[in-house]
Amino acid sequence: MTVDTVIFFISAAVAAFGATMMIAQRNPVASVLYMILSLVAQAVCYVQLGALFIGAVLVIVYAGAIMVLFLFVIMLLNLRGSEDLGGPSTPVSLTTKLLVPVLLVAELVFIVRSAFTEAASTGIMAAPEAGFGEVASVARLLLTRYLYPFELTGILLLVAIVGAVVMARRERGDEAGGTGVGVSASDRTPTGGSD
Amino acid sequence: MVPISAYLILAAVLFGIGSVGVLVSRNMIIMFMSVELMLNAANMALVAFSRALNLMDGHVIVFLVLTIAAAEAAVGLALIVALFRNRESVDIDRFNLMKW
Repeated sequence: MTVDTVIFFISAAVAAFGATMMIAQRNPVASVLYMILSLVAQAVCYVQLGALFIGAVLVIVYAGAIMVLFLFVIMLLNLRGSEDLGGPSTPVSLTTKLLVPVLLVAELVFIVRSAFTEAASTGIMAAPEAGFGEVASVARLLLTRYLYPFELTGILLLVAIVGAVVMARRERGDEAGGTGVGVSASDRTPTGGSD
Repeated sequence: MVPISAYLILAAVLFGIGSVGVLVSRNMIIMFMSVELMLNAANMALVAFSRALNLMDGHVIVFLVLTIAAAEAAVGLALIVALFRNRESVDIDRFNLMKW
């Protein structure tokens, strides 16, 4: 068992553990923290696969920015995990909800195991070429062959920001009732037209 | 050397955990995070294949998926804030107006 294998098994176990705890928590803040643990472990796997840039981006953008956005919203809504989230689901419903994903995973594992026999799985992993997964080589691809998709993501982010602001905005005169609807509809038009 | 199939199985397991989270959880925010986890599982498979085929196009796709995940998170959280204002709850069972 090489060092590589040990690192993989540890990080895979941590990633799966973090994900499991994430869905098992009642308190959303703890859930976000377990998700960050899982993401960091996944970033270790990315680095093992030679994806240095993507691993760094995963930690910086995902664990650092998106998960903090989740935390902001949880704290803004003042959720403590003590809300009444309804009664327990019936045994039949719970069994179905667990059975379907388990079958899906079993199927995927079966496909992977049958597609990658021992010989193929070791033979297919050739040593990566120099600079594989580093910032410079990913950036070269992004700014040449994938220039237009890259530019389009900028527009997508702009549209998403405008959309988020429009949706999360507290509408003026919300409490005023009937007249408030007319006011908010008329001042939503310029924002909707600009994106 | 860890075979690529190990990474693919890890991706499948993470995807499964994410789908369990979406189906079982009642808290909208945890459901939303489970969706993000499923996106990440797909990313893991992309990076693994990218390494196996020695092509970096997979990394570019993962980068694009990450930006889309960021956009989705921003819009989704705005929706959650708007819904919370409406019902004072994040319990998904209470948003059943369109359920027959």
